[in-house]
Amino acid sequence: MSATNGLAVGHQRDYAGAKLGMWVFLFTELMLFGGMFILYAVYRTTHADDFHYAAGELDTLVGTMNTLILLTSSLTMALSIAAMRTARKTVSIVFLVLTIALGIWFMVNKYFEWGAKFEHGLYPNSELLLQRAKGEILFFGLYFTMTGLHGLHVFIGVVVLSVVAIKMANRPYDHIAFAGEGRDDLRGARLALLDDSGRRLWASEPMDDSVKEVSVRVKYLPVPRRIRREDFAVLENAGLYWHLVDIIWIFLFPLFYLIT
Amino acid sequence: MANQAMTVTSASASFYQAKSRFPGILSWVLSTDHKRIGILYLVSLLSFFLVGMSLGFLMRLELIAPGRQIVGPQTYNALFTLHGVIMIFLFVIPGLSASFGNFFLPLLIGARDVAFPRLNLLSWWIFVTGAFLAVLAMFTGSGPPDTGWTFYAPYSIRTGTNVVLATFAVFVLGFSSILTGLNFITTVHRLRAPGMTWFRMPLFVWGLYATAWTQVLATPIIGINLLLIIAERLFGIGVFDPAKGGDPILYQHLFWIYSHPAVYIMILPAMGVISEILPVFARRTIFGYKFIAYSSVAIASVGALVWGHHMFVSGQSYAAGTIFSLLTMLVAIPSAVKVFNWVATLYKGSIVLEAPLLFAMSFIFLFTIGGLSGMMLGVLSFDVHVHDTYFVLGHFHYVIFGGMGMAFFAALHYWFPKMFGRMYNKKLANVAWLVIFIGFNTLYMPFLVLGWEGMPRRYYDYLPQYHTPHLISTIGSWILITGIFIMLGNLARSLAKGERAPANPWGGTTLEWTVPSPPPVENFKEIPHIDRGPYDYTGAASK
Repeated sequence: MSATNGLAVGHQRDYAGAKLGMWVFLFTELMLFGGMFILYAVYRTTHADDFHYAAGELDTLVGTMNTLILLTSSLTMALSIAAMRTARKTVSIVFLVLTIALGIWFMVNKYFEWGAKFEHGLYPNSELLLQRAKGEILFFGLYFTMTGLHGLHVFIGVVVLSVVAIKMANRPYDHIAFAGEGRDDLRGARLALLDDSGRRLWASEPMDDSVKEVSVRVKYLPVPRRIRREDFAVLENAGLYWHLVDIIWIFLFPLFYLIT
Repeated sequence: MANQAMTVTSASASFYQAKSRFPGILSWVLSTDHKRIGILYLVSLLSFFLVGMSLGFLMRLELIAPGRQIVGPQTYNALFTLHGVIMIFLFVIPGLSASFGNFFLPLLIGARDVAFPRLNLLSWWIFVTGAFLAVLAMFTGSGPPDTGWTFYAPYSIRTGTNVVLATFAVFVLGFSSILTGLNFITTVHRLRAPGMTWFRMPLFVWGLYATAWTQVLATPIIGINLLLIIAERLFGIGVFDPAKGGDPILYQHLFWIYSHPAVYIMILPAMGVISEILPVFARRTIFGYKFIAYSSVAIASVGALVWGHHMFVSGQSYAAGTIFSLLTMLVAIPSAVKVFNWVATLYKGSIVLEAPLLFAMSFIFLFTIGGLSGMMLGVLSFDVHVHDTYFVLGHFHYVIFGGMGMAFFAALHYWFPKMFGRMYNKKLANVAWLVIFIGFNTLYMPFLVLGWEGMPRRYYDYLPQYHTPHLISTIGSWILITGIFIMLGNLARSLAKGERAPANPWGGTTLEWTVPSPPPVENFKEIPHIDRGPYDYTGAASK
């Protein structure tokens, strides 16, 4: 917070703090999935053979495709952040939209994959599944829960990234608000706009007692490529979340598709 | 937050008078001021405490004599489930960190607010939503849940009662807890005033910090566990259903991986409060500051590895039981470090006997009984005999009510003048303390005896031989409730009629006493520069 002549700027976004908060949140996500991985580890140990057979029924091709899609989306996400770092807003938004599209593609694939399983009568509590060995019931129980929970995270990620993209695209103006610390300071004061060297560009009339509060609105001309610090923090945090979703899939893929 | 203009206020106006964009009650429930959010939590928590207390009162009334008294067995099952769920998830776990933590964390480290004020407000709203769902679960569906607060599988999968809504409510509450923890961790890392090094932080902050990490890392485990119960009930996925190959013991593991550390979520801020109060009323610095600070971290970390001691008779292996028993013993070390340091702080102090100190000392006394009975339960061979008896119940209430509850009352009396700018009737507060202390022991001491003699927990009826202790205990519940009403009545009356409190009524040395009571909206006119430890009574700092 900087203060000049009794006027303080209420501008306290803490970039490092925002990022720290996001990392802490990611830890909670890891623990959330961690609980499921524990269950997986236990049941895989106790029913190794059943897991082996059940895994054979998953479509490795779709799984591989989805892995490639998510890995690519992580790349585009990183490129979007890199573009933002060098202040290329349009490029950044394009990569962001690409990331969103890949996320949606992933979910569409998942939809058809799940749909096929349901068509074959393989879903939790289905008659067909209940006739199978216990380990296979557990395998599919875990498969649907874990990929379902992961899919939910992909969905949330897509929503978050879309909000960020829209927020970034719709920001032609930049507002900064100032306000005085105490009204006594305003009496007889002048409001002035100075440049870096301290030269006065503009000044108001001296203020009298009738002035209770001063609010200043600075309006920039719409510069399309203008990027704010907040955009970067938000985008980077959204990116961190997206990478987490990707990393969890990287573990889910071999554990469900490749153990056969 | 970003770009939001700070409201223009004169220096003396308190945060109650601060101008808001919203009128009336909205200026509270939409406020991002940590102090208002702290008071919102305080009011919500106290309301749920009274609800949980009423349920406990009804249970004690049922148990006043053998046989059916006022409720039937199914209602009794619902009573102990709701008493547990409401007390644990709506009062004790958010407890000190959400209410007093929110109000005082920024004040204690010299900050204007927490790191994410809007997230803080969101946490409260999520809390209220979760609480609403929990209450809804009581009155909708096919009857209130009857599983006990632990929601153990496979019964929670089979019972016809409203388990889905109740577990979802707990999931939502957990989310609120995680966000508060995340906020506090970031606040402690980023917003300490210049010069406020880690070892100049007040010990309540250390307690909150250790708690926050436990909240963040342990809560997701119960989150996923409860989601699995919901999935089990709605879709029959089978992971906890023995008929489909699932293992209910795994539910217990995942449950206690969270719920044992949750005990430290409850008690660590309480220990912090005690460490704040003792130096002030002994007029000397805390004994062994670093040891108390480190022991908070040690309790939080070792406490994450002891969950198996809840499952000694659940069929885990003998080797696992031995290891968990050993680790449980280890937690006693940092806990004892704290107790000895507190007692040493009082030694040769210039003691001022006021209500906060009385509550703080009863914390030490009752928590020690609770802790030592916990050591007994941690012994494998002993636990087998008293598992699921009133002994466990007695131990738990001594630790949680005698610990966290007493610390909550202590904090209430210690910080009341700062929060509301009024002083309560000190004599009446002491009377309330005495009645509470007597009532508490009359209520819970018989639990330890009953358990020792073999009375199982969660039974709505009992053999005639247990009558006397049950009768004493029920009478104790009346005394305790009377004491609580005297205490709350005294505080409520003082809100309007108490005399104005000065900035520093107790002679405290931490930062919250350097600002007016109640504090102005921006807390500090200028962010202070810290050049000494928090409990400096060496003359230079004392007023």
